[in-house]
Amino acid sequence: MTGYTFAEKALARAAGVSSARAGNVLDVKPDLIFSHDNSAAIQRIFEKTGAPRIVHPERVAITLDHAVPAPTTQHAQNHAEIRQWVQQQGIKHFFEVGRGICHQVISEEALILPGETIFGADSHSTHYGWLGAFGMGVGRTELAALWATGELWLRVPESMKITLTGQFRRGVTIKDASLRILGDLSVDGGQYRAIEFAGDTLSTLTLDERPVLPNMMAEFGAMSAYLPPDQAVFDCLEDKRTRDYTPLYPDADAVYAEEYALDVCQLEPQIALPHQPDNVVPLSQVIGQPVQQAFLGTCTNGRYEDLQAAAAVLRGQKVRCRLIVIPASSEVYRQAALSGVLATLAEAGAAIGTPGCGPCMGNHMGIPAPDEATVSSANRNFRGRMGTPEAPVYLASPYVVAASAICGHLADPREFLKA
Amino acid sequence: MTTHRVWVYGDSVNTDVIFPGKYTYTLKTPEDIAAHALEDLDPTFAVSVHPGDVIVAGRNWGNGSSREQAVTALKYAGIAAIIAASFGGLYFRNCINQGLWPIVCPELHHHVRTGDTIMLDRAAMQITANGHTFAIPPLSPSVQAILDGGGLLPMLQRRFGQV
Ligand code: SF4
Repeated sequence: MTGYTFAEKALARAAGVSSARAGNVLDVKPDLIFSHDNSAAIQRIFEKTGAPRIVHPERVAITLDHAVPAPTTQHAQNHAEIRQWVQQQGIKHFFEVGRGICHQVISEEALILPGETIFGADSHSTHYGWLGAFGMGVGRTELAALWATGELWLRVPESMKITLTGQFRRGVTIKDASLRILGDLSVDGGQYRAIEFAGDTLSTLTLDERPVLPNMMAEFGAMSAYLPPDQAVFDCLEDKRTRDYTPLYPDADAVYAEEYALDVCQLEPQIALPHQPDNVVPLSQVIGQPVQQAFLGTCTNGRYEDLQAAAAVLRGQKVRCRLIVIPASSEVYRQAALSGVLATLAEAGAAIGTPGCGPCMGNHMGIPAPDEATVSSANRNFRGRMGTPEAPVYLASPYVVAASAICGHLADPREFLKA
Repeated sequence: MTTHRVWVYGDSVNTDVIFPGKYTYTLKTPEDIAAHALEDLDPTFAVSVHPGDVIVAGRNWGNGSSREQAVTALKYAGIAAIIAASFGGLYFRNCINQGLWPIVCPELHHHVRTGDTIMLDRAAMQITANGHTFAIPPLSPSVQAILDGGGLLPMLQRRFGQV
């Protein structure tokens, strides 16, 4: 008999069964369930189920992050309904306007641990793979069902192994590697799959870099994505965690539906052109394309080191187009304020916003006008994603966003990093 | 056997064009959501769709967001089933859980055009269109049961004694 993949092990654990194979349908009981500004809509579905109350409020987290501070009366009303619900149900893991983006906050708070399973009403719930957890996005009705019963049916996905080897050259990042994977294999390359990352590149990644990979796998059609957790991950959880955990690793003889390998040594900066995240070309092919707005933030690339990378490019420079910087969390904001990174960005002309999703999904704080191009550090550039169907969006690393802001057109950051 | 008029779309139609993200926190009723179905892809859809129509698409229908309104919008616009070469994983789950039949058929979109009529035979698990017949792959029994029960919400309502 062959060995088990990470997904098979994690879902068997979460379903309380001794073992599971890809294709099995299980009733999975996740360790944490979360939602965000969509919680009021989920509550309305929950009320229809007839369930008396949330069955495990201690396993529920809610963040206000997608449209914060409220841009309209309707959004404010939505937030107010969520606060009331949180009080009524005794939900302790509630994070107010300004605390930050769900994935970043839940990671910082160590609410989910290696080997555990987390379901969120958000497609980028693949994010938690950076901790060695099984994270998956679910719909609103599914989340209401999870509140009501604590469990959800799931078909154990087949797994795909992606091996990354080598070290990045200066000015090239894990974002560029993620975009290259999408470009090579397309947006349905990982459809229905659980992705397992492997290879010597992984342990060279900092804790701020690691989430980029599993986060971007939502654009790959993947159900989930996983990085094997190491001592660096265990150490960062140690002070905050409130329970024990057992990290899980795939067996050496586990079976994969596909395998793919990427050597990052020679990789150049990459960019996704409108309107799909797999429409990826080397940045060098589109240098000089004008942009009217640059956006640095989101759950993909709004962490401290992302702001720091942008600051390294922007130090002593002035932006030629709008640069919107939105730290992924209040903790990122605090760190960047203390270290002087925010001051560097502000001196260069950046507009710095409240931690949250900002304009990522077109709610507010940087919606482009028709035909205005944005270069963004986000994960998704579908037509209309930022609120305006006629506005092209490019996806790239924080370095590229910063360099393009200086030039007012797509630019290579390495010219600014030479010194 | 039932007959259906079809709306045919291509590959990789994502959730943002099926139901734009900018409406996700403000539109609440299924009818309001349905009024914006496919708004950024095909503005003629929401105004001329008929109850019982079926969507036929290429690869990766519904990739992107986990937002189930991208299913709700089509269901309440009257769509009876979605037949695609393949589906985004979360979208497929949302279809089952919303009680809207997702049918995987790699070939059909090559053989029909918008406005054509197809026949769905649930008993024989077959699609007939323009002289071609395609088999409908079976779902696993527990998943089929959720779909047959009208989706996740009706199932919960039975569990918690609402119906
Ligand atoms: S930052 Fe963007 S991708 Fe991330 S959770 Fe917010 S809206 Fe979603």
